[in-house]
Amino acid sequence: MIITLTGTTAGGIEQAILRARSNVGVPTGLVFTMIAVAEACDHDEVVAACVDAGREHPSRILVVSTADPHGESRLDAEIRLGEEVPGDLIALRLHGELAHHADSVLLALLLPDSPVVVWWPGTAPDDPGADPVGALALRRITDAMGTPEPIPALLARAGSYSPGDTDLTWTRLTRWRGLLAAATDAYPSPVTAAEVRGEPGNAAALLLAAWLDCRLGAPVALVDDGDGIGITGVVLHTEAGDLRLERSDGSMAKFSAPGLSRRIVALPRRDLNALITEELRRLEEDAAYSATMARLALRSSSAPDPGSEEAR
Amino acid sequence: MSEAPPNPLRDPGDRRLPRMAGPCALVMFGVTGDLSRKKLLPAVYDLANRGLLSPGFGLVGFARRDWAAEHFAGVVLEAVRQNARTPFREDVWQQLLEGIRFVPGDLDDDDAFEELARTLAELDQVQGTGGNHAFYLSLPPGAFDTALDQLVRHRLAGRERAGQNWSRVVIEKPFGHDLASAKALQSRVDAAFEAGSVFRIDHYLGKETVQNLLAFRFANQLFEPIWNRTFLDHVQITMAEDIGIEGRAGYYDGIGQARDVIQNHLLQLLALTAMEEPISFSAASLRAEKLKVLSAARPAADLATGSARGQYLAGWSGGRKVAGYLAEPGIPSDSRTETYAALRVDVDNRRWAGVPFYLRAAKRMPRRVTEVALVLRPAPYLPFAADDIRSLGSNALVMRIQPDEGITLRFGAKLPATGMEVRDVTMDFAYGTSFAESSPEAYERLILDVLLGDPPLFPGHEEVEESWRILDPVLDFWEGLDEPPQGYSAGSWGPSDGDAVLARDGRAWRRP
Repeated sequence: MIITLTGTTAGGIEQAILRARSNVGVPTGLVFTMIAVAEACDHDEVVAACVDAGREHPSRILVVSTADPHGESRLDAEIRLGEEVPGDLIALRLHGELAHHADSVLLALLLPDSPVVVWWPGTAPDDPGADPVGALALRRITDAMGTPEPIPALLARAGSYSPGDTDLTWTRLTRWRGLLAAATDAYPSPVTAAEVRGEPGNAAALLLAAWLDCRLGAPVALVDDGDGIGITGVVLHTEAGDLRLERSDGSMAKFSAPGLSRRIVALPRRDLNALITEELRRLEEDAAYSATMARLALRSSSAPDPGSEEAR
Repeated sequence: MSEAPPNPLRDPGDRRLPRMAGPCALVMFGVTGDLSRKKLLPAVYDLANRGLLSPGFGLVGFARRDWAAEHFAGVVLEAVRQNARTPFREDVWQQLLEGIRFVPGDLDDDDAFEELARTLAELDQVQGTGGNHAFYLSLPPGAFDTALDQLVRHRLAGRERAGQNWSRVVIEKPFGHDLASAKALQSRVDAAFEAGSVFRIDHYLGKETVQNLLAFRFANQLFEPIWNRTFLDHVQITMAEDIGIEGRAGYYDGIGQARDVIQNHLLQLLALTAMEEPISFSAASLRAEKLKVLSAARPAADLATGSARGQYLAGWSGGRKVAGYLAEPGIPSDSRTETYAALRVDVDNRRWAGVPFYLRAAKRMPRRVTEVALVLRPAPYLPFAADDIRSLGSNALVMRIQPDEGITLRFGAKLPATGMEVRDVTMDFAYGTSFAESSPEAYERLILDVLLGDPPLFPGHEEVEESWRILDPVLDFWEGLDEPPQGYSAGSWGPSDGDAVLARDGRAWRRP
């Protein structure tokens, strides 16, 4: 069921949902509220990712976008119940001055007594934790790699970190980190130095280097690999020899270790839906991310231009 | 392994990092069977797809088939395409394919086991499986012994390997057919393997909803206060299947429903429902509590009224005309094997004294459902006119295990009208609407646990033996009866004898 409301209020939306519920009998097992702050241009992609995430974690999804900032204040809403998601999806369009008071609408529409997650798929506020919408949430998800300048955006995140923040750049690293941890499980010789290779200006490679630096306490170099897609490889130099995980095509990786010829392992780049779904699996503060961001801030202040040769 | 320094890349606070199996090879015996095709092979693929298998992973099939490795890979591929839960990805398949091997042969063929040993050595070398091997024995009971003997004889597994890389054995139910045979099996397993390297699979324990039973009981304050004889009247544990024996005549006849599912699944559900709080979720603590409560459990003293068995007759099941048990292919016309089993079990401890547990398991029921229902006592005093509460039943808390996983709470509510009339309503939590649709298959979790060496979800042999101790008197009693099991129409909720087990106590089965 899709209900379209123009020139409404938060109370009007609530009433429309309740009325629809008693007609179609949608179950109310929703576990949290997710707010996605969309720009007009990527509205559809954001809705698609939310629908996917909503399938794994049934939730109330509020997609917020703004329109004609100089026009008259007005709230339009489209409510979808039981269409593609087990929960509800409400697209809110804020016109005029109301665009600056989104929290007044959202506050009334949050599900009672359950967590709130905010996601900015594109440009996010400089300090998400201090943003009025961000402040409603327990978890704030940003995506530096979805902005025009990923590395400065990621560094800005590192500077303004508050508990509950995460950036999808970090989520993109999970499989890499898993494989590296498994490699050092199987080959426990101490790591003396490490190297992360990636396409120039790749924020994920920068963050992976910061994580290794943070965990290993050994020098970690970041090397530009002009031909690659995303992260192209990690080498851990250990006392027993090198552990190498290399991926040139963005999908299959090769792993080699002392005494072991190359093994192949699937290491695909994951799409947005998979990232958001992983992100929503944990709603508590991510201590490993927090420590890595702190290390990133430290590394960037000591190396003037991360990603350049000096960073070695 | 334990002397190695901690891995700096592992951090207990880093909750995202997956529990990933280390380098190892999984050897599957009975790989041509239904279970392998439908569950085990797809589960292995799903684990790989979720990134939980090491690049150094090998999969070896062993069966009496004249197959080349490529042919076996084709069989695996087909099983994966048909039955895997996660989408098929070529890159994941390529990763798995590199480690796939096949060894043809009979279980008593020494050459085949030498070939298996060579194949594993080659995998260790080329694929980097690191000498860690898990042997999954998906075999009929009669073949267990031979397989165990051969593994030990060819030094593929067993005590002699202690201190080297790990080698683990996975065994499937049935764990014997009575207490004596279970003990005999255990003593043979025990002679060959360290207790810590034997994994008994009861796939029920790998189900998310069964594990959720633990979360439900021990993570909440709300339910524990009523979880005892003060508030509960009785407990019903039902496992109903809508199917018949589906061509499993050879396995099923002579075994029957009680041995097939009550001994393992239902008594494990009873143990998890009735046990005290474990001090942690480690295997030792969990097993200690389950064992304690199973030791306190006993069947009814009078088995003539405290147990019932039945056998399905021809009938209409869900809109289809189906044959009776005795007319199933491969079943002798005078078979006395039960397809319906119901019994009362009492637990002799302070929490449960006087609260019977009624267990029933059956085939050809109206629908497929497994649930644990806790039925509460009536309120001590009801200040209503008798007519007003005619529609009020007992309060109940139902844990639905499958297929519609969730929790139902039944209680009375006022009917909207001017008078004060009370009627039962239900409040429902559906697992699927609050959590991932893509929850892992039970076998996925259990196979991963075997590869990680993590045993809490596997029953210990003492639990198996206690379960037989509870069931044996019932089986012996049925064996000694002159009359055959009572017939019930396929597609019904079972024979009148089953209803009588509760009726005698003034109770009735819920309709699940």
